[in-house]
This record gives sequence, C-alpha cells and structure tokens, in this order.
Amino acid sequence: MTRRPRGKKGERGNCGGFGTQIISNYCSRSAIKCVSMEVGLMQRQWVEYTKSLFLEEFLDSQFIELQKLQDEGNPDFIVEVVSLFFEDSERLLNDLTVAFDQPDVDFQKIDGHVHQLKGSSSSIGAQRVKNVCIAMRSFCEEQNIDGCLRCLQQLKQETCLVKNKLENLFRMEQQIVAAGGSIPATELIF
Amino acid sequence: MENGFSSPRSDAFPIGLRVLVVDDDPTWLKILEKMLKKCSYEVTTCCLAREALSLLRERKDGYDIVISDVNMPDMDGFKLLEHVGLEMDLPVIMMSVDGETSRVMKGVQHGACDYLLKPIRMKELRNIWQHVLRKKIQEGRDIEGHDVIEGIHILRNVADRYDDSQFLRGEELFSVRKRKDIDKHEDKDFCDTSSTKKARVVWSVDLHQKFVKAVNQIGFDKVGPKKILDLMNVPWLTRENVASHLQKYRLYLSRLQKENDPKACFVVGMKHTDSCSKDGDGNFGLRSSLAVPQNDVTNSSFSFSGDNFLLQNVDSIGCEVDRKRVVQEHTSEPKRAAARSVPEPIKSRCTQMKFNNSIHSVEPEGKFAAFDPSNRSCYPWVEAPEIKFKQESKPLVHLEGDFNQFPPTVPPHQVQMDPLQSISSISSGRSATEKDIANSIESKPPYSEDCSQQMVHLNLPKTPTDSFSGKAKSFNEMNDHFDPNSTTTAPMGKNQNFNLSCISTDLGSGLPFATIDEDLQGYLLQDGCYPKDLEHQIIQFPDYGDPGIFTEVPTHLYDAMRFGYDYSYDPTEYPVIDEGLFIA
Repeated sequence: MTRRPRGKKGERGNCGGFGTQIISNYCSRSAIKCVSMEVGLMQRQWVEYTKSLFLEEFLDSQFIELQKLQDEGNPDFIVEVVSLFFEDSERLLNDLTVAFDQPDVDFQKIDGHVHQLKGSSSSIGAQRVKNVCIAMRSFCEEQNIDGCLRCLQQLKQETCLVKNKLENLFRMEQQIVAAGGSIPATELIF
Repeated sequence: MENGFSSPRSDAFPIGLRVLVVDDDPTWLKILEKMLKKCSYEVTTCCLAREALSLLRERKDGYDIVISDVNMPDMDGFKLLEHVGLEMDLPVIMMSVDGETSRVMKGVQHGACDYLLKPIRMKELRNIWQHVLRKKIQEGRDIEGHDVIEGIHILRNVADRYDDSQFLRGEELFSVRKRKDIDKHEDKDFCDTSSTKKARVVWSVDLHQKFVKAVNQIGFDKVGPKKILDLMNVPWLTRENVASHLQKYRLYLSRLQKENDPKACFVVGMKHTDSCSKDGDGNFGLRSSLAVPQNDVTNSSFSFSGDNFLLQNVDSIGCEVDRKRVVQEHTSEPKRAAARSVPEPIKSRCTQMKFNNSIHSVEPEGKFAAFDPSNRSCYPWVEAPEIKFKQESKPLVHLEGDFNQFPPTVPPHQVQMDPLQSISSISSGRSATEKDIANSIESKPPYSEDCSQQMVHLNLPKTPTDSFSGKAKSFNEMNDHFDPNSTTTAPMGKNQNFNLSCISTDLGSGLPFATIDEDLQGYLLQDGCYPKDLEHQIIQFPDYGDPGIFTEVPTHLYDAMRFGYDYSYDPTEYPVIDEGLFIA
C-alpha cells in the first residue's frame, strides 16, 4: 500500500476523528486519484466492518455516543476509553476466576464483580459482554455455579472477541488516516 | 458553595458548574469527564468515595454538585450520599447500571436529587445544573445574575420538559407554584417567601461534630433543637437551622440502622423504634411537621394523591386479608387473591389492625391518629379502652390547640377533648395554616418561630404523648396501651409488625403503590414533608371508621380524595375542600 504524507493542512484535524465529515474524503480523493481509490476502498471496508459490528451486536449505540464525544482536542479518546475498558475487564475477569477457585464460592462478591463488568461494558457499548453479564447475574442469584462458570467462559470469550474486533477497526482507521483519508461518521452509515 | 456563584463565571451559569464525579470504574470516569467538559462544566474526578469525601471536606465551597456511582468498593455510594447531604448539603446525583426500582428508591430515600442509569448520555448531563439551581431557589438564595423569579422561570421551563426523573424537590416547587396560582398570588409572592428565608447553613465537620456532641450530651430521648442550640453555643446558628439538621441527622441514623432492609425504608423509624429505643422518630416527625411551615403549602398539594393511595391500599388489603394469612404471607409474598375467601367476621378486626398499621408506617404522627374514636363503633373491642383513648388523645388536642393559635382564623371548636373533634381540628387547623401562608406570607417567620417553640414544648416528657413520640418506643407502647382493654391483645401486637412488613413488601414489589412510593420516599428526604402525613390521616379517618361516619363526610371531600392530585389544584374547588375538612 502506498503511503503518502497527509494532504492539506486542513485535513489534519480529522485524523483519527470518528465523527468527522465525509467531505474531507472528497478532498483527498481529488488530490491523487490512485491513492484516493485505495482510500475509498478502505473506507468502504471500514463502513462494512463497522456495520457488521453493530449488526452482530458486538457494539451498541453507546459506541456511537463515544464517537460523538471524540473531537479534535482529543483525537484518541475512543482508543483511550476502550483500552481502559480492556484493562479493567481483564482485572475483573481475573478476580472472577480467582473467586470461583475458592472453596466457598462467595456469590455476593462474584455478583459485585459482574456488576462492575456490566457497568464498564455498558460504557463502551460492548453489548454482548453486557448481555452475558446480565445472564451471569441471574445465575448468581440462583447460586448456580455451573451456570456462572459457563458465563465466565463466555465472558472471557466475548471480551476477547470484541477486543479483536475493535483492534481491527482501529487498525483500519489508522490505515485510512495514514493514507490521507478520514473516517466517515458512523451515524451516517445507518 | 456559599460563594459558589460569586466568582466571575457566575454570570454564565450554568457554565463552569463545578462537578465532582466519583466512580470506581475508570472507563466511566473518563467518559463522564469528557461529557461534562463538553457541557462546559468544570470537572473533578476521583475513583474512591473516601477520596471524594476528603476532597469535599478540604474544599468546602469547591463544588456545586456531586455525581456518584452507587457501587464502590471502599464506601457504599449511599453512605457517601449521606455524608454529603449531612456535611455539605450539596445536590448528589446517583448513577448505576442497575435500574431496579428498589435501588433507585434507596438512592432517592438517601437524598439523591436524581438517579441516572448507565449508559449515561450527554443530554442527561446537560441539565444537571437544574439541581443546583433548584437547591438554590429552595434555599431562597439569589444567584448572581439570576434573581429568584428568573430562576423559577428557568426551572419551570426545565421542569416542563423534564419527565420521570423529576423528583420531589422539583415537584415541591411545582406545587408551591400551583398553589400560588390558585390563590392568585403570582411568583412575586414566592419570591417574597424565599427572600424572607434565612441563608443556608453549611454544616461543616466541626459544626456537625459540635452538634453530635450536644445531641449525645442531652441524650437522644430528650433532645430538642433549643437544647442543642444552647449547648452548641454558636451565636449565628438559629433554632431552625438546628431543627432542620436534627431532622436530617435522625433520618440518617435511622437509615443506618436499616441498611440491610431497604424495602422497609419508608417506614423509617417505626419498625426500628423497637430495636433502637434511642432514636426519637416520633418526636421528630411531629417536630418537623411544625417546624417547616414553609412547606405546608407544598405538602397539602401532595397529600391528595397520597390519600388516594392509602385508601386503596388499606381497602384492598385490609379487608381481604385474614389475620393469620397476614402473618404467613408477609414472610413471603403478598398474595391477596389467596385471601379472598376469608370469612366476614375477621374482616373488621383485620381492617382495624391494618388501619393502625398503615398509619404507623406512614408517619409517627399516626400514633395519635390510631386513637381515632371513629373506629370505636366499628370494632367492639375498641369500646373498652375508650377512656384510655381519650386520655391518650388529650395531648394531641392540646397540641393542635396550640398549633392553631398561630393562624388568625381558628374556629373555637377545635380545641376539644373528643378525639373525633380533634381530627377536625387538625384539618381545620391545617387549612387555616394554609390560608395563613397563602394570604399573608409575611406572617410566616413568626409562625415558624412559634412552631418551634411548640416543638420544644412537645419534647418535654410530661404528657403521655411524649412518652411515645419522645422516647420513640411508640410501637411497643402503642401495643401496651391497647393491651389491657383489648380482647385480641397479643395477636394485635404481632400483626402490627407483620403488617408493616406487608406494606413494605408491597412497596418493594411495586404493585399498585408505585406512585406512592415516590411520595413516601420523598417525604422521608424532605424537610417538612411531614405535614402531608398529618393530612393523610385526616382524610383517612372517615374511610377507616364507621361507615356511618363515612357517609357523613361531605361528598365533595370524598370526591377530592378520589380525584386526587389534580382536583386539589382546581382553584374553584379548593375552598370547598377546605370547608369539607372543617365539617369533617
């Protein structure tokens, strides 16, 4: 893939911006045709990928909210928030694993952890993680260890999945930006 | 906080609103910070409740509003809420991913001005300044660049748009306004009212400690604002300040006690007076009802909807539930349908007991109401203790008599020994109070002054009334008073307790009382919401009592009860209600 220095200075502000205008696409496209085609392709791929994340319910509207929050003053906002989430979820999943290893399973404690995970997954709109949390909390209430353990497995799986998906998404964005393109506003996709 | 708006940015309110966000979830902390900054608020974040508390204590006037998560590892969000409410008196918004009614209720009961569900959206945060403004208006303090009238207009606009998150604080103002409209007193009056109110006291840690020391020195059962004030020896503090703080403090203590039983929360103190003989809730409820005349108007407008609830509540449960079943059911879930086959004879006793309980659970003042002789004809066993009842009611009548001295329009018949009359005296007294407030707002401060003297008077442990309300053993003592004369002695006591849990369970499960939950929880939080309860009882009596008495209730009063809230706002009908209260 050809990389070129960023085009006009004016476009710079859009780098990494999620909620930015498509119009700057136009500028980059018109600048150098062959690059623009590539950017256009990448952008289409990005759009398709983003769509799939929402359709497969990896993400919900909260993620769009985050995109709206990201601005020029803080272009890495989403990446920062998302990495905070994954740090936190990793810690919580560890705590949960440890809690289930105890001879006497403390469901209240487990419920507390799951509650936290539910809260933070709701912050980035990691819908599937959140849904597993909800299921797990009801197993907690029933004191159903098997159900809880199944959910814990699912949680690990879903967290891992959404992490990979988001990493892919961010990588695509970086590539688009590196190619001089900008990220279409997610709201406009739907 | 005192100087919160004296800084230059005040002209741009709500820009620069100083928000403290407390959440153990770093992701949310970051998002909220971003969102609030986008709202042009000044944001401080911290991830520990204790840290937040020390920040708040360090910089007394450093924040305008606190947003706190409910679940935090180092300190329960509710506890933080208590502390902030007691020490800084700042508006606190709770947030959680958990939207269970019981949780939300707990938050509101602990004094949260709002309860936001995660994921929180920008549009929810954009409006949080209204809580700050509302509090300011309530305190009658002018915000620079916004005089109170303007503030109210803003508030009105906001409130019109605002839906269910409108908590009592807002409704209170609303009601005040509506009531004012009825009386053809426009906002000007409101403004007058507010400006006559004294500046708010910030209860610093030191001041609060002084207060606690004084309370401990006096002893809980004898404590009264005047005594505390004397002991605290803080020249600028007024008795009203102390009374209001004492009220909060008692609520705080009683809440601490039932931390494990959130569903029963709204029965504040009543359930727990058994276990904590130190806590004088009864005493305090009475006091607060007298101490905060400013809120009388508000509460009167609430009360109608509240009455409706209570009537239905008691009708449906009270008449249908077998006493024994009550015992069983309330340990589990209330299943009314199962109890419908109950034979008639038990009905009346049951209703009686329910009646008592519903009142108990509503308010300490219910203690007086429980002696309502209108029950006499209905329940044979009540006949015997009639004398006893009268004796018990004396202090009430006495109290009401005194109470009624302040408003100029006191009919003489109010100060009578017959407990039934005493009820009418309550109502007429109350309406007189209302009129008084409505017509001449200027007379309020002296009135409140008198009232607080009145409370002090009540606190003296001379009369039988004081023996329950003051020592807060109301429950046991109530039963004791019933015991000697009653044929159903032992079960009575038991059932009362069970019924309490019945009502609280019902509340928890959010059955038909959902709307009332708010009312009830609201008055627990609110200074001076107690008069409402006084009115609950007033209007309840006829319904619980002898059907004969019931039919004597003027139809318009009954209608008022049925139509509830809206009805009470009808300017043409309202005087009729007043009249009805007099007749009843």
